[in-house]
Amino acid sequence: MIVTHALTKRFGRILAVDSVDLRVAEGDRYGFLGPNGSGKTTLVRMLLGLVYATSGEIELMGRPVPKRVAEVLPEVGALVEGPAAYPHLSGRRNMALLDAAGKGGPMRSRKRRVDDALEQVGLASIDSRPVKAYSLGMRQRLGIASALLRKPRLLVLDEPTNGLDPRGIKEVRELLITLNEGGTTVFLSSHLLAEVEQLCTRIGVVDRGRLVLEDDVSGMRAPTGRILVDTPDPTAAAALLDGQLEARDGERLIVRHADPAELNALLVQGGVRVAAINPERRSLEQVVLDVTGAGSDRFDGRTP
Amino acid sequence: MIVVELRKLALRPRVWASLFLLCLLPAIVGVFLATADFAPPPGQGGAFLSAVLSNGSLYPAAALALVLPIFLPLSVAVTAGDSIAGEASSGMLRYLLARPVGRTRLLAAKFVALAVFILVAVLLVVATSLALGLWLFGGGAEAVGGPGGVTSLSGPTLSTTGLGLRLLGAIGYIIVSMLGFGAIGVFLSTVSDSALGAALGALGVLITSSVLETLDAAAVVKPYLPTHYWLSWIDFFRDPVFWRNIDSGLLLQAGYIVVFFGAAWANFATKDVTS
Repeated sequence: MIVTHALTKRFGRILAVDSVDLRVAEGDRYGFLGPNGSGKTTLVRMLLGLVYATSGEIELMGRPVPKRVAEVLPEVGALVEGPAAYPHLSGRRNMALLDAAGKGGPMRSRKRRVDDALEQVGLASIDSRPVKAYSLGMRQRLGIASALLRKPRLLVLDEPTNGLDPRGIKEVRELLITLNEGGTTVFLSSHLLAEVEQLCTRIGVVDRGRLVLEDDVSGMRAPTGRILVDTPDPTAAAALLDGQLEARDGERLIVRHADPAELNALLVQGGVRVAAINPERRSLEQVVLDVTGAGSDRFDGRTP
Repeated sequence: MIVVELRKLALRPRVWASLFLLCLLPAIVGVFLATADFAPPPGQGGAFLSAVLSNGSLYPAAALALVLPIFLPLSVAVTAGDSIAGEASSGMLRYLLARPVGRTRLLAAKFVALAVFILVAVLLVVATSLALGLWLFGGGAEAVGGPGGVTSLSGPTLSTTGLGLRLLGAIGYIIVSMLGFGAIGVFLSTVSDSALGAALGALGVLITSSVLETLDAAAVVKPYLPTHYWLSWIDFFRDPVFWRNIDSGLLLQAGYIVVFFGAAWANFATKDVTS
């Protein structure tokens, strides 16, 4: 769906995107993670043909960008760096203008298209107040509705849940999952780990313009081979597990062991009461923090 | 896309406010003239103002002479400056281009919309001032006692159809003049992301040009100043029509349109849209 090869963008002396090789397959829910200022938005803009690459290639649905971007953009819905609208017009009017601006889609069905998109994001019964009177969450929903206007095959969303309350975030997540199950590829750029962790099947991490990690979420979060055991009898357990015990913190033990069920049986047979037992998994946060540096919005005394 | 741009203009309260103000200035002047009831001495005040008292149907020409130096270019500068930069600052530019709307198409639609705006502005000024002129000063017949003709600037009397044709010619000429100036505004609008900055830049060009116009030392560049032939539309009201300046003016404005629209296109088509 999206393939980039050695994609590079330089703004004067600043290297915003540094030879990125991105691969997003059809049907993915791809999470694009990175600290602030790491080049996420620049890359998204290059995908949409808004910013021209300094070097490297982009292919969107098999077509080169920006050369033949006009052929693929009708099938792409985008939300880039927050929603935008003409503030003095109503949301419906804004969407109708945007719909009329692009090719395709007869005028007769315009109202229906707009209504469908608004309904999908929960703005079905919005009145005719101008967008400047909208709340942040309503604007965000309107932005997502605009992206959905053409029933796109690929959704490119930059921080889609910005400004939404927890219920709104959940609704958007469910909407994206439903769309994805219907065949839409979702490319989500975000710095909110929890959001990506709950939604995405595949993750790319960018840091200072470079793609430092690209993997399936399941692969990233594979068990580490260690087991966390909570027990009210830590001393007895420690004695029992001599050699396999890696760390002990009050009533929590970290044990190197392959199988939690077997370990549990072993502990119980040895007379140790077990309150909780779980295989240790790396959190996405840990994975991302391991591969990224401080965001470029931080300016400490020393250079990194 | 052109339809969309026109709809956007029409839905904008600011556009209507500027059109209203354009029509207001001639109306104010007309009311003062009518109440004072004595003509400005010929050769002073705005063009045609002395002739208007005797024939109200000449008032549209006087009104155009009133709005042309400042008010009309001002509203053109604001609209042209807003064309691309306004979309950029509202954030809609990226969504329009990702729609996708081709960059050349968007720019062309903006330019056509600007032309329509100028046309509507000039026509509104003419229509309101014609109505006002006829109402305040009459059609000229009873004032002069003559056959209802209008005296041309050169002396001979003009027929009503002749006057109409001359007025149409003048309107067309003014629209082309404003488009040449508007092209500068559109170009600046693709350079800056601030609509205000682009409009002020265009006004800066206007003021510079007007200042140089009065400066004898700048005689060399005078024939190339954007404002140099602006007032030549008055030549349509001479008898016979004095074509030389009109032709030069049209040629000069065509040059400005080609150069600055070309520059706007070259800049916009290759620009990174980061707004």
